[in-house]
Amino acid sequence: MSAPLLAIDKVSKSFGGFAALTEVSVEIAEGERFGLIGPNGSGKTTLINCVSGALRNDRGSITFAGEEVSRLPAYQRTRRGIARSFQIPRPFRSMTVLENLVVPLEFVVHRHSLHQADTRAEAMEILRGMGLADKADTPSSRLSQVELRKLELARAMAARPKLLISDEAMAGLSGNEVDEVLRILFKLNETGITIVMIEHIMQAVMRFSQRVICLDAGRIICEGTPESVVKDGGVQRAYLGA
Amino acid sequence: MQGVLLGCFYAAVSIGLSVAFGLLDVPHIAHPAFVVLGSYGTWLVAGRYGWDPLLSGLALTPVFFLIGVAVYRFYYETFEKRGTDTGVRGLAFFFGVAFIIEVGLIIGFGVDQRLVDAPYIGKSLELGEELRVPMRMLVAFGTALALTVLLGLYLSRTFMGRAIKAVAQDEPALRLMGANPVRVKQWAFGIATAVAAVGGALLIIVGPVEPSMDRVYIGRTFCVVVLAGLGSMSGTLVAGLILGISESIVLTLLGASWAPAVSFGLLLLVLGVRPQGLFGR
Amino acid sequence: MTVRRHYGFWIAAAAALALAATAALTLRNEYYFFAGYVVLQFVILATAWNILGGYCGYVNFGTGAFFGVGAYTAVLLIKSLEASLPVQIAAAALVGGALGLGTGLLTLRLRGIFFSIATVAVAIILQTVVINWRYLGGATGVQILKPEPLAPFDNYVKMLFVIAVALAVAAVAIARYVETSWLGRGLRAIRDNEEAAECTGVPTLKLKLIACSVSGALMSAAGAPLAMYQSFVEPASAFDLNYSVSALAMPIIGGTAHWIGPVIGAVLLGTVQQLVQVNISSEYNVMVVGVLLVVFVVGAPEGITGLALKLWRRIGR
Repeated sequence: MSAPLLAIDKVSKSFGGFAALTEVSVEIAEGERFGLIGPNGSGKTTLINCVSGALRNDRGSITFAGEEVSRLPAYQRTRRGIARSFQIPRPFRSMTVLENLVVPLEFVVHRHSLHQADTRAEAMEILRGMGLADKADTPSSRLSQVELRKLELARAMAARPKLLISDEAMAGLSGNEVDEVLRILFKLNETGITIVMIEHIMQAVMRFSQRVICLDAGRIICEGTPESVVKDGGVQRAYLGA
Repeated sequence: MQGVLLGCFYAAVSIGLSVAFGLLDVPHIAHPAFVVLGSYGTWLVAGRYGWDPLLSGLALTPVFFLIGVAVYRFYYETFEKRGTDTGVRGLAFFFGVAFIIEVGLIIGFGVDQRLVDAPYIGKSLELGEELRVPMRMLVAFGTALALTVLLGLYLSRTFMGRAIKAVAQDEPALRLMGANPVRVKQWAFGIATAVAAVGGALLIIVGPVEPSMDRVYIGRTFCVVVLAGLGSMSGTLVAGLILGISESIVLTLLGASWAPAVSFGLLLLVLGVRPQGLFGR
Repeated sequence: MTVRRHYGFWIAAAAALALAATAALTLRNEYYFFAGYVVLQFVILATAWNILGGYCGYVNFGTGAFFGVGAYTAVLLIKSLEASLPVQIAAAALVGGALGLGTGLLTLRLRGIFFSIATVAVAIILQTVVINWRYLGGATGVQILKPEPLAPFDNYVKMLFVIAVALAVAAVAIARYVETSWLGRGLRAIRDNEEAAECTGVPTLKLKLIACSVSGALMSAAGAPLAMYQSFVEPASAFDLNYSVSALAMPIIGGTAHWIGPVIGAVLLGTVQQLVQVNISSEYNVMVVGVLLVVFVVGAPEGITGLALKLWRRIGR
């Protein structure tokens, strides 16, 4: 078995007296489609915040592509290949859709070779892949919900990550829209990108993930194939009881 | 010790900000300006009617309450509702308001210092051989204590008070309970401004005031509020004491010029080491 | 960015300098140069403020501190080394940049409001330091002897005016470069959503520090010639609150998104200030700035340039 792309080892994080994560350990292989579920407040977003660098974990280690990253600021983790989309989309509102993508292109992909790069053409290419090409010059403040979600993913993709963390990208979307986003994620995975999906929409998790873990109150309570996790008694109690 | 009394005074002046910034998260840079405004109001009322300055300040509280409600309403309608670019604009707005108050006071009253007179100003209480406590500081001490206790009780015992605390933590829940969050916040900001009036009365009791004093107090009030922990009333008293004592120590060691640096240094320290403050949520 | 637009700016800049030099050599009435110098000072301050405030979203309340530091660095160099004006300006820029960097390192990791409070503290502390520094004149101030103006100028103030034009052009050119480059885009991303910017690969702290240092350097550079301009420097006027308020009000009134905004705001508001000051009083002058600031922040947040754009679009229909 080759080394995992992302190794989270006994990561703990507390806010004041509140323990958001307690000794969470999990390994994610390269190219894997990984699902992360758990009731509200179980620590899912805290965990990916620690992985992406928005937060620093108090204890434990996070190793990405063989390198310990838990002391690095978020932008350096992005430059090493970790990208994430936000649960509530955070577009750069003063910029157009296209410009939103130029930012990661300028600051991650082409940061050493800015004069030679044609960032606008590249951004258009990505937008085409996402079905947002016709909105390229629209101010990002004027997009619909599903378009915003796609922009979130597109912007994360523009950084050419090895690992993409999608944080509830499908929350609140209609059935068709969920299928659209799922299709995009599958396509991305086919190009070799490892994807960690956080979702509440169980059928999406089931269809997409090869492996799933369930968090509850900051700990992993179950790990396995989607079918086995969903049937697990502890998982069901966590959701119903919460 | 001088520091203790000074600290209580700082607490009294800062407690309004504890509500406005600590609970409501409004970037209320203009709070010290309102305190200074309260001082001048007190001077006017005390001068005109011959009342005791503290009473004059208390008499001003309804007026200031209304001003506070109006200011918050205006702030909310213009900024919090729209959402975009609120950071810069909100700060600029309150900076502008503080500036207008300061210049307005200069135009109206001139740059000279104003002070009030009262039976307890100028006299000291002798406790033992070495310790002489100025009576006006005791007045400040007492008022600070009273304010802290009153506000603390208000926030925990009355319906409106608990609604104010709730709106700081969980606005959607409050909405579900049927209360209008904007009205609650308005009310809270009104209280904060009314308390600023009392703070102003204390300010002019403790010493002479001049229009530019608000700037030095920005550092002090924010230091106290952050050190206390955003939203903690009793914390404000403790934080005020810490600041007062620290400033007194620096005053004796390095002289008066470095006193403003203390509050700012302490603020940075808290933000670096324990950003949630002493009693923060 | 097309090549034509690129040259357009520099042609205009060269023209401005030429115009200024011609005026200095031909016009007699000194008042225009005194007033013009003041307005140019504000152009530089407003432009500098906007690099951190408008482009990046961090509000500096203490422009007066940087300006005063620049003036007093010049005084220090004049008294100790009899340094020439270019050296004074360069040194002031260095000190201002260091001050910006220092303030930034301490506070730019925190929420915006704490950076703003820090700038207030810096202003108070620096003014206190200077007041207690007898070599620099203390609270009473210090007299500076004006040297002979360089040829072809016959009058020192006129020469300073032209230098101020050059400094203003430099400041605007720097702001323009920041705005249109990758740096500007990064700053805008930080202003729009700092957390998202960081996750998109933008080194937020580094960029904020760069913006803060550049802004501070320009502000201090603007203050350096004050010693020569007034022949007298004192803490109360060098650290005047009016500089802080104006440097903030002018970009907001003129428009913070584009480099022309601070220029428009400075020229308009600076001229208004001169008129009010001469005809009414200096307190009302300052009150006007404050009121206009609040009016624009509330009613026209995109400033004059924003309003002009809206009008343009409506006419275009």
